[in-house]
Amino acid sequence: MHITLKNLVRTYENVHAVQDVSLSIPSNRIFGIIGLSGAGKSTLVRLISLLEKPDSGEVWYDDKRVDDLPEKEIILRRRHIGMIFQNFNLFSSRNAGENIAYPMEICRYPKDKIRNRVAELLELVGLADKANAPISTLSGGQKQRIAIARALACEPEVLFCDEATSALDPKTTQSILALIKDIQKKMNLTVVMITHQMEVVRDSCDYVAVLSEGSVVEQGIVKDIFAQPKTKVTKEFLSHLTTNARNVREDGVVIWSDVPARYTLRFLNDRVDTPVISDIIREFDVIFNISGAGIQKVGDTKLGTMVCDITGESSAVEAALKAIRERGVTVEEVKA
Amino acid sequence: MTSAIYRLIWQSTLQTLTMVFFSTLFSVILGLPLGILLSITSPESQGGIRPKPVLNVILSKIVNVLRSFPFIILIIVLFPLSRLIIGTAIGTRATIVPLSIAAAPFVARLVETSLKEVDPGVVQAARTMGSTNSQIVFKVLLPEALPSLISGLTLTIINLIGYSAMAGAVGGGGLGDLAIRYGYQRFRPDVMAIAVIVILLLVELIQFIGNKISAHMMAKR
Repeated sequence: MHITLKNLVRTYENVHAVQDVSLSIPSNRIFGIIGLSGAGKSTLVRLISLLEKPDSGEVWYDDKRVDDLPEKEIILRRRHIGMIFQNFNLFSSRNAGENIAYPMEICRYPKDKIRNRVAELLELVGLADKANAPISTLSGGQKQRIAIARALACEPEVLFCDEATSALDPKTTQSILALIKDIQKKMNLTVVMITHQMEVVRDSCDYVAVLSEGSVVEQGIVKDIFAQPKTKVTKEFLSHLTTNARNVREDGVVIWSDVPARYTLRFLNDRVDTPVISDIIREFDVIFNISGAGIQKVGDTKLGTMVCDITGESSAVEAALKAIRERGVTVEEVKA
Repeated sequence: MTSAIYRLIWQSTLQTLTMVFFSTLFSVILGLPLGILLSITSPESQGGIRPKPVLNVILSKIVNVLRSFPFIILIIVLFPLSRLIIGTAIGTRATIVPLSIAAAPFVARLVETSLKEVDPGVVQAARTMGSTNSQIVFKVLLPEALPSLISGLTLTIINLIGYSAMAGAVGGGGLGDLAIRYGYQRFRPDVMAIAVIVILLLVELIQFIGNKISAHMMAKR
């Protein structure tokens, strides 16, 4: 399903939450809408998902205008919309399986069909063993998986993700994004992702629109926007993206090689700023192959970490390691 | 103490239980829909799923007036209503009318508060899935608020035990009446003590059961 927004305006007591937003959201793609808090993202998603009516402007689903439908038809339309939220919004009065069953009860599916579909969906999100789990016993990532299963229960044509990964840690975020991408392909879904995290856009979206003060300031294919950001707002979002979350270890070390290295060197304070490695290479006949490094601050202390291999004649390597230690650098060795 | 006194205490206990049981039943029948209505017609910012400002204000005022009415006066004011429904304005059965009317607005407020405590995000989720308003009320709001509603019901029953003690004013009988008439007016402190102890035990028992049910529900969530 493709969605077209034409000149949407929504104002709350003199605050222009959304002003003159026109967007074309293509079918069967992941479309990101990024903006800071207060940029109008939440209002925009409420307008697109028919939870609220615009003051002016139009919302089209495929070739049908939907914002001006009577309430009864809007309710029926919503049954073909899936939505997931930052706070998951699962029913605490129902266990995981019953949560997934809810939209199907609303759509009056027969009982045995609901039962089969719940099992199928639990399998799809990788939680087949959690059917009877109370919601409070699930982790954040598991809750979002159940929420995704619930959103997909009635086979929607579009899935809205409203800050769906904002309450999750980086690792869980990646696994949820991977799941959404996987499902998008399997079910030919149109996905609209509302977020304030540029890494979410980078790691999952095909298209992106940048929202600022209620208006779209830039939009296009994600890789074009990343390569040539035009507006200040977009550049600012990109500047927060210094590292690729998947390659950063918890200690801040950026890993750029998957080959495990033998040595971990730890530099403290002023050692961080001295060219220890260059000195060693000049002095000894050894080669460094650095597979990861990073600097982090612990209180006032700077701590540098480097993961590397040192190769050469074994006597030269020994001498080099000794010299490194003499310069005040800690060397940890993983025995092969 | 003679066995006649014991029989009297037993009879009074049964009268209290009858009054409390039926007035709880009727106050819930009246108060639950009223509470639901109060909650769903409230402004959207307070979680109203079908805001109706004028109706909400009117209902709210009625509830406030009824709640601020002293119970003993309410009994007298409601004499005609009791006569109309029960056929008489005195006796245990007649007392159920003012007790129910007095407790209904209390129940309505408790229901309203419980429903408003339901996470608005959960209600929004139900709305995006295409729930109708009645589906939201019966499949989301009431089940989500159930532990809190059970606590409210416990509180209502305990309050009604207290109120029912005033039923003596219209010959309603019950433990409160017994304590006043035998204990106080006929100088039988022993009867008064027993009546009070039975009331205390009833309250303790209701509270205990209510807490157990609430805790059992929360453990499953």
